[in-house]
Amino acid sequence: MAIEDDVLVIGGGLAGTTAALAAAAEGAQVRLVTHKQSTLRHASGLIDILGYTPEGDGPIVDPYEALAALPEGHPYERVGTDAVRDALSFFDEIAGDEYAGSHTEANALVPTHGGTVKPTARYPSSTAAGLASLPEDTLLVGFETLSDFDAPLAASHLEAAGAPFTARGVTVPFPGIVRDDAKINRYAHLLDREETVQTGAGETSARDALAATVEPHLEGEPRVGFPAIMGDEHPAEVRADLEDALGVDVFEVPMGPPSLPGMRLEDLMYDALKDAGVRITSGVPVVDYERDGGAIDHVLVDRHGQEIPHRADQYVLATGGLVGKGVRSERERVFEPIFDCYVPHAADRYDWFVEDVFGEQPYARFGLVPDRELRPLDADDEPEFSNLRAVGAVLGGYDYAAEKSGAGVSLATGYVAGGRAGAEASG
Amino acid sequence: MAHDTEVLVLGGGSTGCGIARDLAMRGLEVTLVERGNLTDGTTGRMHGLLHSGGRYAVSDQPSAVECIEENKILRDIAGHCVEMTGGLFVQRPEDPDDYFREKLEGCRECNIPARVLSGREAREVEPYLAKDVKRAIQVPDGAIDPFRLCVANAMDAERHGARIETHAEVIDLLREGDDIYGVKVRHDSGPGKRAHETPGTTEEITADYVVNATGAWAGRIGAMADLDVEVRPSKGVMTIMNVRQVDTVINRCRPKGDADIVVPHETTAILGTTDEEVEDPDDYPEERWEVDMMIDTLSELVPILEEARTIRSFWGVRPLYEPPGRGTKDPTDITRDFFLLDHEDRDGVSGMSSIVGGKFTTYRAMAEQISDHVCEQLGVTASCATADEPLPGSENLAVLDEGMDDFGLRSPIARRSKQRLGSRSAEVLDTDDANPVVCQCEGVTRAEIQDAISQSGSDLNAVRIRTRASMGNCQGGFCCQNMANELHPEYDEGTTREALDELFQERWKGERHALWGEQLSQAMLNYALHATTMNRDNDPASAEGPVDYEAFDGGARTASPPRSDGGER
Repeated sequence: MAIEDDVLVIGGGLAGTTAALAAAAEGAQVRLVTHKQSTLRHASGLIDILGYTPEGDGPIVDPYEALAALPEGHPYERVGTDAVRDALSFFDEIAGDEYAGSHTEANALVPTHGGTVKPTARYPSSTAAGLASLPEDTLLVGFETLSDFDAPLAASHLEAAGAPFTARGVTVPFPGIVRDDAKINRYAHLLDREETVQTGAGETSARDALAATVEPHLEGEPRVGFPAIMGDEHPAEVRADLEDALGVDVFEVPMGPPSLPGMRLEDLMYDALKDAGVRITSGVPVVDYERDGGAIDHVLVDRHGQEIPHRADQYVLATGGLVGKGVRSERERVFEPIFDCYVPHAADRYDWFVEDVFGEQPYARFGLVPDRELRPLDADDEPEFSNLRAVGAVLGGYDYAAEKSGAGVSLATGYVAGGRAGAEASG
Repeated sequence: MAHDTEVLVLGGGSTGCGIARDLAMRGLEVTLVERGNLTDGTTGRMHGLLHSGGRYAVSDQPSAVECIEENKILRDIAGHCVEMTGGLFVQRPEDPDDYFREKLEGCRECNIPARVLSGREAREVEPYLAKDVKRAIQVPDGAIDPFRLCVANAMDAERHGARIETHAEVIDLLREGDDIYGVKVRHDSGPGKRAHETPGTTEEITADYVVNATGAWAGRIGAMADLDVEVRPSKGVMTIMNVRQVDTVINRCRPKGDADIVVPHETTAILGTTDEEVEDPDDYPEERWEVDMMIDTLSELVPILEEARTIRSFWGVRPLYEPPGRGTKDPTDITRDFFLLDHEDRDGVSGMSSIVGGKFTTYRAMAEQISDHVCEQLGVTASCATADEPLPGSENLAVLDEGMDDFGLRSPIARRSKQRLGSRSAEVLDTDDANPVVCQCEGVTRAEIQDAISQSGSDLNAVRIRTRASMGNCQGGFCCQNMANELHPEYDEGTTREALDELFQERWKGERHALWGEQLSQAMLNYALHATTMNRDNDPASAEGPVDYEAFDGGARTASPPRSDGGER
């Protein structure tokens, strides 16, 4: 007996969760199967639509205007500009107060932890006060035990990037951090749980102690930026307390992995899945499938060595790209490991890359070729299966890193594919 | 600008640094110039094998004897650079019995401790050896860190008064009539430690005697004074695995061939190598078949290599030389002996000798002989002490593990730091400042990075070779940025950014040859972190035109109610 659903989504990142939510919104019974931790913990938590054109022009102020000019085959071209708008609205509904940026179609410029700025469409509300396009003087605060973020250097870099304000950086000890190699979570938990820490002034709460540490360094700046470790479960509360104590706006600068904003985004999506009644099977891989003519009959999920069949009317593949292992490679080939869908690539692996690390990297575009229904196509441009759609980074033909389009493509394709799969399955 | 010195050594590889240390210890005034980083040429591009001599026990017994002698000396004077892994010469069923016997006899004739293991015994030592391995000869091969060794020589030379100039390229030899009296160098960023974004200068350095220890580049230097030094550069590939599949050096026991050695090295294992003559030591093809051959051929000895993750490949050029008239066709047949070409004897041009050929394991003995020659030229009678005096870091290894506390570091990190720093551990790690880990893969802390920066300026590749930071699984994707952060505030933002870009590109250069499987996934992740999360590929600070900040979203705060904070804002 197989486990039966209307729509089965394989993959639990931003694209997969969006697809599952969109399918559920159509009234379908949806199951999401995820294997490992999603790559969201590597991601900044920003929702980029398009920051640069494939030709490298940018930063783009209005991403929607630029979408129209994208080449044929780009995932955005496949779904169309209106679908991108709808998908962002769909996300805005899910995110509620936790994300900002929906008041305008213009991109924001967000300071990065390296001190550059990057264009993005939606940003966590914890980042909102830090926008580089906001001409307010800024104090950045780094911690001496946190080597990922050097606040004085980032401030100096922002100035070199032409930011329209004065930025200053200071490095301070983080109250309550005793070990030099404490994990990021430890910082967040200290603030989240309001733990008691020892300071020169005696015992105090972690938030108070942090504010007291920073306060003497303020020189009238109206905003203060910290690395994105300001709380795990309750970042808004942590931030509000710091703002009250310091009397200035407080914001987070997005960081590399492990990224709390990325993990918070994941939590946001999974809370929404629960609310929408999506069934979740996690920690297990889909390893194989059975075909029924031109369609997928069922897939096999490996649970502790047992292969459990899962059957649905419609399937959505959201297993990620090279990073998420939805696209894999060997010395001689690049492939999609579950359904062996067609992945175009040069025969010689020395043609998979170019010399400049930031050049036009062919490997960055590896992935499945979709039709306008987002069904992956085989080498002859025929759909691989009548009931399989692919979304997010498993799709090829675009370089999300160069374009800053990763989250946007995940949302737009997830929204479209999930919606259609849901409609077909329940209709 | 001009500078005068007694001896000028050209080349900052193991030979050059060894000579500089030797002569400085004998009390001579020494200046060493190197075009790039220390170890930039051949030394930094080898597999890190400390020869037992077993490899040459059949073909070249004098070399074998020299190797085992130097092997013992280096264990004493450079213990913090050496890991005595032991080695096996492994015979597969198709490999000739005669050769196996000759190898064993040869080892014994050269006083190389050698013991025969059955196939089963060999697999007990190395469980991943192929099931059909017939038998093996166990010898005292080891692994040695060429970067650490070379840097220790340079540091000790400096300690004895030598001037070490990296990023100083020789652009001309100064010759008057039949006498060479110095060189003209171009400093990448002025004399002293390298600093990115600092304009360079040129300098004339005159010397009583010049030693050309530029290895595969010796012909280039010679040509600047119309001297013919016919080095035959021969390239070899090395492929680095992300873990140690073996803990002892594995050699294939057959007469000769490509892809016949695996050297465990720190957290990695290095597969080597090929041997192919090239025209230009700076420009030769790095080809796919070479990498594939390493994996395919060495999988015959260690089958799991076929499925394992490689993190990068690199090529080195050997400075092969053979005396005129021999005309050997196959570079693998050219002797690994070294030759001292005294240009006065050979060409009637005084003031300079060139060193060509040679092997890393015997660098110290070579340096001793060359230094003897230099002293003879200069009428100096001081004798060599390099075989007895430990290198900085190796002075007090016996007490290292017993007496030293862990500097507040978790023990695996402390252990690795102490291995790298040897007896310098206390000096470097005993700090009151916060000392977080900067490179997670290799467990390198801020104190080590700062120590390396104090030695080498804003050159993060020099920091890398001193610390191993950015040389692990992520190939710098996660830590390049953090390493660059450590340059600030001593170096300004622009300098830091340029240093970061240079290191990131350098890491990419070798990783390109490992782009499949896990490492391709890693490359995409690194690219995404640097391009997506940090926007380093489109950094407005490096862009030509300004960004119109005003046109972008400035936030929705005007629409939200003001916070009730008592009007303090």
